[in-house]
Amino acid sequence: MTYIGIIITFVFVNNFILTQFLGLCPFIGVSKNVDSAVGMGFAVTFVMSIASLTTWAVYHWLLVPLNLGFLQTITFILVIAALVQLVEMIIQKISPPLYKALGIYLPLITTNCAVLGIALIAVRSGYNALESFIAGFAAGLGFLLAILLMSTLREKLDAEWVPRPLRGTPIAFITGGLMALAFMAFDKALLRNLIG
Amino acid sequence: MIHEFTKGLFKENPIFVIALGLCPALAVSTQVVNALGMGAGVIFVLLGSNIFVSLLKDFIPEKVRIPAYIVIIASFVTIVDLVMQAYAPSLSRSLGVFVQLIVVNCIILGRAEAFANKNTLGSSVLDALGMGIGFTLALLLIAFIREVFGAGTITLFAFGSFDGVIEIPGLSESPARVIGLATGAMLVMGYLQALFNWMGTRRAGKPGSTAQDGAGGAAA
Repeated sequence: MTYIGIIITFVFVNNFILTQFLGLCPFIGVSKNVDSAVGMGFAVTFVMSIASLTTWAVYHWLLVPLNLGFLQTITFILVIAALVQLVEMIIQKISPPLYKALGIYLPLITTNCAVLGIALIAVRSGYNALESFIAGFAAGLGFLLAILLMSTLREKLDAEWVPRPLRGTPIAFITGGLMALAFMAFDKALLRNLIG
Repeated sequence: MIHEFTKGLFKENPIFVIALGLCPALAVSTQVVNALGMGAGVIFVLLGSNIFVSLLKDFIPEKVRIPAYIVIIASFVTIVDLVMQAYAPSLSRSLGVFVQLIVVNCIILGRAEAFANKNTLGSSVLDALGMGIGFTLALLLIAFIREVFGAGTITLFAFGSFDGVIEIPGLSESPARVIGLATGAMLVMGYLQALFNWMGTRRAGKPGSTAQDGAGGAAA
């Protein structure tokens, strides 16, 4: 049951973009059309799932036994950067179509704060390996959901008249704000009612 | 030379004009004191990384420069994180994971890549100070609006008999709480960016020029 709780928490209640403000740069930057938004969403979900598992292993098997917990930030960012490179190479080798779809988004993911964010949050929350993996996967799904909704809205907005100073990023932020208002319906009380 | 310092304050303000480093800007702007703490952390890291990158620019091989910059930045972030935990534990708690996330703040890597690895030590220091102070001012503006309207208070550092919280009569009894929440953050950010766009185009004299293109607007 706790696994379902983690999934609901990271997809809806603590949605990374709409309540935690992690991963805003791609959310605003890559949401101009649905295709690239979906590509980015899947790439982020993929990297976040693997990254949270890998950083869990590095933290608990390397940093804690060596008493080097203070090197957490440096180690995690290097692990993530290396991991993104590795994922890029593996995908390129085994699945060229997938690489064509996700390839251009992968390098951008290293500096996506959502990826480092989930690694740090999973360690802070004291999750075990499987919980970390599920949290990373669920947070990625939450990101995918938010960026998909946002890109659909922005494609519609393109056809509308928007006052000149509000065009581009400002109207995207205001749209995001209204989406966040809707996501306020998903709160801790909902989680309690669903899983007790 | 002085231009390197002043450009970050308004014309190339990292938050409102270049739109970099947005995550911390929205996440920690719930209280004025958080904005001050985050701003100080970012100024320190930006200054440290710009100094080291501009000093080491001739020694770092072109191919591994980004990982090298990230290690430099991460070292300074670790310093800030540990110092904050030791001397300002309550601030460290309220900023939470966002102190460590300074490492992926695009402003810092962006300045290292776009400025410090091409310029001298002096102009890199001025650039770091200007960008850092511009970031802090933007953060303070967002935090001020959100805290005044969302909670009816202004929270600063506590000293002596002053507990650090200024209550604004009239607003603190019935604040518009939504401004302090996630929704308010994005709305305030959107309207402030629109304001900066509008002022930018007004200064440029012809409507719809540079600032609009920079924002990558939805072409109607």
